[in-house]
Amino acid sequence: MDTIAEIPKEEYVLKCSSACAGCSDSLALRYVLKAAGPDTVLVIPACCTSVIQGIYPNTAFNVPVYNIAFGAAAACASGMSNAFRAAGKKTNVIVYAGDGGTLDIGIQAMSGAFERGTDFLYICYDNEAYGNTGMQRSGATPLGAKTTTTPTGKTDFKKDIDGIIAAHNPPYMATAAAAYPQDLFKKVQKALSFRGPSFIHVLAPCPPGWRYSTEKTVEMGKLAVKSGIWVLYEREYGKLTMGAQSKVAMKKPIPLEDYLSPQGRFKGIDPKNVEILKQRIQKNFAKLSAEEAAS
Amino acid sequence: MKKIATGNKAVAEAVKQIVPDVVAAYPITPQTEIVEQIAEFVTGGELKSRYIPVESEHSAMAACIGASITGARTFTATSSHGLLYMHEMTNWAAGARLPVVMANVNRSIGPGWNIWAEHTDALQERDTGWLQVYVSTVQEAYDATIMAFRIAEHHDVLLPVMVNLDGFVLSHLMQPLDTIEVGDFIPPLSLPHAIDTNNPAGYGGLTGTDQHFLMRWDMERSIRDSVKVIEETEKEFARRFGREYGFTENYQCDDAEVIVVAMGTLGKEMEVAVDLLRKEGVKAGSLRIRWLRPFPNLSILKGKEVVIIDRDYSFGRGGVLATEIVAQTKEDVFSVIAGLGGQEVTYDDIADFVRKRQVGKEFWFGVKDNV
Ligand SMILES: Cc1ncc(C[n+]2csc(CCOP(=O)(O)OP(=O)(O)O)c2C)c(N)n1
Ligand code: SF4
Ligand SMILES: [Mg+2]
Repeated sequence: MDTIAEIPKEEYVLKCSSACAGCSDSLALRYVLKAAGPDTVLVIPACCTSVIQGIYPNTAFNVPVYNIAFGAAAACASGMSNAFRAAGKKTNVIVYAGDGGTLDIGIQAMSGAFERGTDFLYICYDNEAYGNTGMQRSGATPLGAKTTTTPTGKTDFKKDIDGIIAAHNPPYMATAAAAYPQDLFKKVQKALSFRGPSFIHVLAPCPPGWRYSTEKTVEMGKLAVKSGIWVLYEREYGKLTMGAQSKVAMKKPIPLEDYLSPQGRFKGIDPKNVEILKQRIQKNFAKLSAEEAAS
Repeated sequence: MKKIATGNKAVAEAVKQIVPDVVAAYPITPQTEIVEQIAEFVTGGELKSRYIPVESEHSAMAACIGASITGARTFTATSSHGLLYMHEMTNWAAGARLPVVMANVNRSIGPGWNIWAEHTDALQERDTGWLQVYVSTVQEAYDATIMAFRIAEHHDVLLPVMVNLDGFVLSHLMQPLDTIEVGDFIPPLSLPHAIDTNNPAGYGGLTGTDQHFLMRWDMERSIRDSVKVIEETEKEFARRFGREYGFTENYQCDDAEVIVVAMGTLGKEMEVAVDLLRKEGVKAGSLRIRWLRPFPNLSILKGKEVVIIDRDYSFGRGGVLATEIVAQTKEDVFSVIAGLGGQEVTYDDIADFVRKRQVGKEFWFGVKDNV
């Protein structure tokens, strides 16, 4: 499964979606659904994905979509998964939620569902702010990024949701990026092969929110990985494997500035914050590679 | 100072004038502009409040409660699902007798997702002990937000106040706004039951039946007393700043034979409908309900034909306003359900409701053969 050609031709995100040009939320979802196939139900809390599926009675997604309140996706999916399993059905239950619906308002329901061993896949596509409501800060917004509620740049750090999920010891968890669709595709297939809860955290650059031009969406995701600010890895029963792209980045990262400067949200960022971000990248790499070596 | 502002900006301007100690709020369409504007004021140093960008509305209200019980002045804003998500905490704020002020931008409730104006969100908070006022212009949104603090914090009240403005139709509408310097119109807040480490007390713990019952009666007594406080506050506001408000806004009611009733922006639209009808020789008047809690005395409606427009519905019972008004006046009305999910309702439509009224019936606007 190393070439694009092996990815199924079936489309589940249809051409009529109302996503912004260059949206990586819909790009990632396209590959998620290709990997999951037709026996899949999406559970979607309030987020950009509630909007991009179009307006009733139309839908741009070719699998059943259950829309639910902002903080409730994982709990709703718990009910759905239990009901399917009780009926002897193997249907994939996939939560596809934004960073706000995951790190902020939805974290309680998500933690509960993971702790109970719910058989589902939780995907958080992370555009690092509240896209649906016009880009307010979220727990996933990185230090120094401007949003409409942090007009001079965020002063808090990005919440380590992956660390929080890891503490729940799910059978499988991974990070991915919309810019690496084959990697994402494989991870979704793998996640769905496990019984119990699995988690994939997908970096999803957002042109209007991050303020870069639409054609740079894939490049932005790649720069994030190459600079090390986003690390690709997977953890299977606690065993961590870092992705090849991130191993390269760990040895020889590109300057973080190459990632920050094309983005309007980092315009005028305090150089001290850039230094802090760089130090955290190093620390994170050190932590992850130590874990990989130990496991 | 005269400016042009949206309903949302007017609320934020009022907050800037009041300078609450703590603002805790969470974004939701169509309230977002209030949160963003306050964040901008605070970041830019124009507003010396602490702004807590909480992770949910439940936390927004809980944070306001935590701040308020220390004696701090607090504000939040929300809408629709945000208000519903707060519901446990809105009850808590009222029961704990905390003068939290909240702007709620009225919006419908899902599923399916719909972001447009409807009153069902706030009406689901009707029985919580919050005072509720519904406004119809940008200026009124500003004035009501300012007055809300004085009313909530009055020692005869000590209950939270919700200022309601219609989503988009008012929250995003630009109108002239005259801002004021409140001066001592808003006296310093002194919360009699504020937490004090020199005088340790337990709050909100286990309470037996008798005490619980008395506490509920005390809330009811205060909301009854709030009538006087609201009247005094609005009178004093008019004296100082020249703008008059009341429990209702009545237009051409004195000699009217038929009166149309609504809340929020439809209540302004009705006045144009009344002018149209009067030209046709129909002796019409309009009455816009401003305060829903405490509920106004509507004896003015006695003996007249009444058309009530509800931008809400209580399933299995009827329009909420219609139900409340009939309960008070004990007379039949023509109940119109209109504007749900942001359905457009024009003054022509309203004039038509009056022309085609069928007292004793309920009519769903835009649904065929439904009377
Ligand atoms: C209880 C509640 N509060 C607030 C909202 C408003 N709201 C809808 S989506 C959203 C932000 C979603 O952000 P995120 O989860 O990051 O997804 P994105 O929009 O970025 O895709 C907000 C604040 C809501 N629908 N319900
Ligand atoms: S705001 Fe960003 S995440 Fe939302 S639809 Fe547009 S590009 Fe996609
Ligand atoms: Mg987001």
